[in-house]
Amino acid sequence: MRFLPAGDLAVCVELGEEISVEVNTRVRALEYLIQQKGLTGVVETVPAYSSLLVYYDPRAVGYEPLCAAIAELVPQATTAVLPPARLVELPCCYGDAELGFDLDAAARRLELAPDELVRLHAGAEYLVYFIGFTPGLPYMTGMPERINIPRLDTPRTKTPPGSVGIGGIQCCIYSVESPGGFWILGRTPVPLYDPSAAEPTLLRPGDRVRFRRIERAEFDAIGAAVTARTYRPVIT
Amino acid sequence: MIRVLDPGPQTTVQDLGRTGQMRYGIPPSGPVDRFAFVLANRLVGNPDTAAALECTLMGPRFETTDAGAIAVTGAEMPVTVNGQSAAGWATIPLKAGDVVKLGPARTGVRSYVAFAGGLDVPLVLGSRSTYLRGRVGGVDGRALRKADELRVFAPGPVRRRRVEPQTIPDYTGEPTVRAVLGPQADRFTAEGLDALFGGRYEVQPQSDRMGSRLRGPRIAHARGHDIVSDGIALGSIQVPGDGQPIVLLVDRQSTGGYTKVATICSCDIWRVGQARPGQSLRFRRIDVDEAHRLLREADRALEAAVREESA
Repeated sequence: MRFLPAGDLAVCVELGEEISVEVNTRVRALEYLIQQKGLTGVVETVPAYSSLLVYYDPRAVGYEPLCAAIAELVPQATTAVLPPARLVELPCCYGDAELGFDLDAAARRLELAPDELVRLHAGAEYLVYFIGFTPGLPYMTGMPERINIPRLDTPRTKTPPGSVGIGGIQCCIYSVESPGGFWILGRTPVPLYDPSAAEPTLLRPGDRVRFRRIERAEFDAIGAAVTARTYRPVIT
Repeated sequence: MIRVLDPGPQTTVQDLGRTGQMRYGIPPSGPVDRFAFVLANRLVGNPDTAAALECTLMGPRFETTDAGAIAVTGAEMPVTVNGQSAAGWATIPLKAGDVVKLGPARTGVRSYVAFAGGLDVPLVLGSRSTYLRGRVGGVDGRALRKADELRVFAPGPVRRRRVEPQTIPDYTGEPTVRAVLGPQADRFTAEGLDALFGGRYEVQPQSDRMGSRLRGPRIAHARGHDIVSDGIALGSIQVPGDGQPIVLLVDRQSTGGYTKVATICSCDIWRVGQARPGQSLRFRRIDVDEAHRLLREADRALEAAVREESA
């Protein structure tokens, strides 16, 4: 464990340097404990793969006392303290020249039939390590090793929101139009970020995600329901 | 109400920012120059949390439909009311129908216009601040446009105030910005750190509310410029593979995968945000205790900055 100052208003609590479910679970458990205990001076927290950025008010707590209070919680920060994870089901239309435009190329690269790649991707359960980079964008892993794939050599400058992509061991869903280096296998019609909603972001750190394979007709139907504000995502 | 006659290149509604949303990827937003913003509010008798306008390089022109008061602080944009010049850093009383114009900035980048009572736009996730990339807050999540109409909350009694002249910041020259090492200072060479704290860094035109891009002596990495993504604090100096720093500001991405060599103290963020493209900065290294001492000093300066004008 290391405490790394991040200016005068934040400290980065580093619990490891690798991407692993074990370390990330401890990060999220530490964040949960800090929230539950209401540590003096803590303003907000941002979990990432293996570290927790803790924003604080130095008028309310000093750097050393804050680090000491956090260090005391670290040994208790295990999966046992976390509330049960939510499971979010996201419909996804794979393939389709417009939506999953990299499916065929990714399948060739992996030496798999496109349908087999879809089966492997849609058959897995994903863990949201954290949300970041753009509003509501989940950093996830959980894919079978067979479909690990190097990122695109040349990142594209624009990826449409809802695009479901893979790169390395990660699976990503773009929340807003942004550049990116993932292979896009499909698209979900469910918005991960809706600035006009009371709760603009759908996913939270620690969520589990499953993709449900849908055809284009259902993609369009859900898209219409989203626009009409009658669609409710399936969360259990 | 105020009616926008000419919006200026990028005028947004801001308050002190959004808290608690970075874990969902939504940055705090709020004013880049918090010092000038808070003083604008205090000059018209508002709480520090009231919403005001942030104007970029050139101000707006607007008409007020009711009597009230405004104050303009920050970048030096010439202010006129019905064509007559008015002072910055002081309360400006307005009558119904007055037309206010802010000209191009002579020094600095961002100016603030506070309205007695504060701007009445909806709270989104607890804040009125505009986050342009995320299209939330302020006026429909966007910069002001011509013919926009903004409501103002009913003001209390407004007394004429002004900021002590010696407290008004100078945005010209080559500011020195103080920074604390880390979080990833150990990923840089000693020469790289010497470059950062010895060199001059010029502000590039691509700078915005997300980050200020600088160019100067290369800040060399010791072992790779990529890290496992982590949270990004206000003022963190991110250094990608080209060794050129980017200072991350109020609309920054909440997390990122590049090394951050040092982090600028909160009380010096405005110095970065008010430096114009072509202006240079220098960095001075301090520790966390010193940074906290400077913050208390800045708090005291803010408390002593505003004086009531005698009738």
